[in-house]
Amino acid sequence: MNETYPLWVHLFRVVAVFLLFLLTTAMLIWAERRLVALMQSRKGPNRVGPFGMLQTLVDGVKMFFKEDVTPSMVDKVLYGIAPLVGVVVGFLSIAIIPFGGEVTMFGETFVLQAADLNVGVLWFLAMGSLHVYSVVLAGWASQSPYPLLGGVRSSAQLISYEIAQGLAVASVFIYAGSLRVSDIVGIQAQGPGLIAGVPNWFVLPLFPAFVVFLVGMVAEAGRPPFDLAEAEGELVGGFHTEYSGMRFGMFMLAEFMNVVTMSAIMVTLFFGGPAGPVFGPDWFSWILPILYFMAKMAFFIVFFVLLRAALPRIRYDRLMALGWKVLIPVGLVWVLVTAAMVLVNEQATSRSRVLIFGGGVALALLLFLVAPLFSRSTGSAVTEPRDTEEVTA
Amino acid sequence: MSTTASDDFGQDVFVDGADWEVVEDAVGESTITVNMGPQHPSTHGVLRLVLELEGEIVRNVKPVIGYLHTGIEKNAEYRTWVQGTTFVTRMDYLSPFYNETAFCLAVEKLLDIEVPERAQTIRVILMEFNRIASHLVWLATGGMELGAIGMMIYGFREREHILDLFESQTGLRMNHAWIRPGGLANDVTDDFVQRCEHLLGLLPEKMREYEDLLLDNPIWRERLTDVGVLSAGDAVRMGVTGPLLRAAGVPADLRKAQPYCGYERYEFDVPTQDSGDSFARFLVRLEEMRQSMRIIRQALDILPGGPVMVADKHIAWPAQQSLGPDGIGNDPAYIRHIMGESMEALINHFKLVTQGFTVPAGQVYVPVESPRGELGYAVTSNGTNKPYRIHVRDPSFVNLQATNLMSKDRMVSDLIAIVASLDPVMGGVDR
Repeated sequence: MNETYPLWVHLFRVVAVFLLFLLTTAMLIWAERRLVALMQSRKGPNRVGPFGMLQTLVDGVKMFFKEDVTPSMVDKVLYGIAPLVGVVVGFLSIAIIPFGGEVTMFGETFVLQAADLNVGVLWFLAMGSLHVYSVVLAGWASQSPYPLLGGVRSSAQLISYEIAQGLAVASVFIYAGSLRVSDIVGIQAQGPGLIAGVPNWFVLPLFPAFVVFLVGMVAEAGRPPFDLAEAEGELVGGFHTEYSGMRFGMFMLAEFMNVVTMSAIMVTLFFGGPAGPVFGPDWFSWILPILYFMAKMAFFIVFFVLLRAALPRIRYDRLMALGWKVLIPVGLVWVLVTAAMVLVNEQATSRSRVLIFGGGVALALLLFLVAPLFSRSTGSAVTEPRDTEEVTA
Repeated sequence: MSTTASDDFGQDVFVDGADWEVVEDAVGESTITVNMGPQHPSTHGVLRLVLELEGEIVRNVKPVIGYLHTGIEKNAEYRTWVQGTTFVTRMDYLSPFYNETAFCLAVEKLLDIEVPERAQTIRVILMEFNRIASHLVWLATGGMELGAIGMMIYGFREREHILDLFESQTGLRMNHAWIRPGGLANDVTDDFVQRCEHLLGLLPEKMREYEDLLLDNPIWRERLTDVGVLSAGDAVRMGVTGPLLRAAGVPADLRKAQPYCGYERYEFDVPTQDSGDSFARFLVRLEEMRQSMRIIRQALDILPGGPVMVADKHIAWPAQQSLGPDGIGNDPAYIRHIMGESMEALINHFKLVTQGFTVPAGQVYVPVESPRGELGYAVTSNGTNKPYRIHVRDPSFVNLQATNLMSKDRMVSDLIAIVASLDPVMGGVDR
C-alpha cells in the first residue's frame, strides 16, 4: 500500500476481483450441480446455455422475481440486515486475495489484488467472525424454532472452528513472518523449499496446520458434512427457514461465496497462491498466474463438492468434539512448533533445520495418535436423563 | 418407574397417549415446544412429532397421526371382496403386495379355498421383490435424512428396476390390486422368470455398492450406533415387530413361525443383531434383502405350471386374456362362450363382476411378515358380498409408539435417525 496508484487502477482491481469472484461463484454452483449429478447417475442442469452453464443466472433471476414473504412475527430490522451481512462480508473477505501476478497496464504496474492490507490475514479472520452475525441474526430475527436452533448451532460451530482456523493461520504468518498476504505469497513463490525441486508451498512445512485449516474451512463454510446450521433433514432449512425470494437467494449466494473464499484463502496460504512456472510473452505471463490460481482453487472447490456428495451429516456434538478436542489442540501445538522452528531457523545450519523439521513432524504424529484418545471419552450418550419420575405421569 | 430402555423384563413401560387439543404453551421453563411436521423433510410424509426441546435435547416426543387418514378400512365395507384388494393395496403404499396378499389370504381362509400352487409361488416372488423395494426406499430416504444425498438416488434407482418388473406383470408400478382372492388376476408373462433373474443378477452388485458407501463410513456408523436403542424386552412390550424386533435379537419372523403361501418350502435365515440400535436395524435390513433374493431364487427354481386362479367359477375373476397381458383384449373363446353359447355363463359373469361373490360368515385374523413387521388383517364377514369389517394391524402404526421411548433425552439429530430407522409409512399408519 506504499505505492500510490491512480484511481482507475483501484477501480479496475476492485471490479476485476468482484467480477471474477461472482463468476467463480456462479460456476461453482453449476459445477456442483453437475458433479453431484454425475455421482448420482443424473444429468444435472443441461438446458440453459452450453451444458446448462447459465442455469445459475436464470435461477438468480427467478430468485429476484419471487415474492419475498416477511413473516409477521419477525424482528423486521434484523431480519432484513442478516442476509445483507452475509453477502457483504463474503465480498469483503475476498478483497485480500491476490488472483494473479504483476501486470502492467497503461504504464502502471500493479498486482491483481483488490487490497494488500498490512493485516491481510487478520482481515480474513475478522470477516469470518462477522459472517457469524449473518447466521445468528437470521436465526434470532426469524422468531421461529428451527431458525433459532440453526442459529444457535451455527454460532457455536463457527466460533469454535474459527479458533481452530485462526491457529492454523497463525502458524502460517509466524512461519512467513508477515501478515501481509503479498508477503506470504511472495515467500512461497521464491526461495529454496524444504525438498529440492519442490515448490516452497507452506503445505509442506506446515502440514498439520493445513489439515486443521482443511477441516476448519469446511465447517466455517457450513458445507456438508458440517452443514448443521441448515441441516435440511433435521431443521428444514435451519437459519434461513423463514426466508424466501431474494433474501433467501442472498444466503445461498453467501454460502457459495464462502466456499470460493475458503478455497482461495487455502490456495493463498498453503499452495503459493498464483505461483507457478511463468514463461512466454508478456500477456501470457499475466494470464498464467491467474490460471494457476484458478486451477488450484478449482481443486478445493471440487473437494467441497465431493464431500457433499459422499458423506452423511455429522452430529452436532461430534462436530464440537472434533473442533475442541482434536483440531484446536493440534493447531495450538503446531503454532508452538512453528514458532520454535522459526526461532531456531534464524541461526541454524541446514542440517539442524532438517532435524528440527523432523522433530516437529514426529511431535505432530504423536499428537495425532494421542488426540483420538481424548475425543472418544464420552460415547454417544448426550446427557443424563432428566428425573424420570415426572415424565412417566 | 422408568421409561428408559432396559433389558430388564420386570420394568413397566408407559406410553403417553391421549387426545389433546392444544399444544402446551410454546415456551416452558427451560424447554420449547417444536412441531416437527406434518410438513417436514424427514417425517416420512405427514407424521407430526410434537417435541419438547431443551436446547438440542429432546425431552419428550408425542407422535401425532391422522394427517393421511384415507378411510380405507371403512370404505372397504362398501365394496365387494374383490374391490377390497384395490383399496387395501393403497394403505402401506411401499408394500402393496403384502397388503393384497394378507387381505386375500384372509378372504381365502373365510372361503376355505386352496389357491393353486403357481399363484402361491408367484405371490412369494413378488412379495420378496417388494420387500427389497421397500427396504431400498428405507435406505434411500434414511440416507437422505442423515445427509447422504447419494444414497437417496441410488436406492430409488434400483427400486425403479423392481417396479419395472411389477409394471411389466401387473400394469402398475404401485397399488397393483393384482393379487385377488383365489389367486392372481392374470398369469405372469413368458419373460417373467428371465426378468427376475436379470434383477437377481443386478441387485447383489448394487448392494455391495451401498455397503461400500455406508457400512464402514465413520459418520454413518456414528450417527446410527447406540442411537434409538430398543431392547428386546421393550420391543416386545411395545408390540414392535419386524426388523426392529430382530435387530434387538429376537428372531421373530412370521414366515418361519406361521408359514403362509408355502414359505415352509424355502430355505432362508432370519437375520438378527443384538444391539437393538439403529445400526443393527440397518444391518438387519441389508441382510433381509439378501435373504429375499435367496427365497426368490428358490421360488423361481420350483415355479410350477398350472392355473393361477382357483377353478371355482363362482369365485374366479373372469379375466381370461389373449391379446396382451396388460388387460387389453379379452380371450375371443371366452367372449364367444358367454355371449353366444351359454346364457348361464353370461349371468355368472355379470353377477360376479357387479355383485361379487359372497363369503361365509366368520371372522379371521391373518398376519404376514411385511417389510415393516407383522401386517395383520382381521376380516369379519356376515355372509354377504361385502366385508362386514376389516381391521388392519399395521406394523408402522404399532412401531411408532416406541418413538418416545427411543428418542427421549437424545439429540434432535438422533430423533431423525430414529424415525428413519423405524421406517414408518404414514399411509399404513393412518389407513
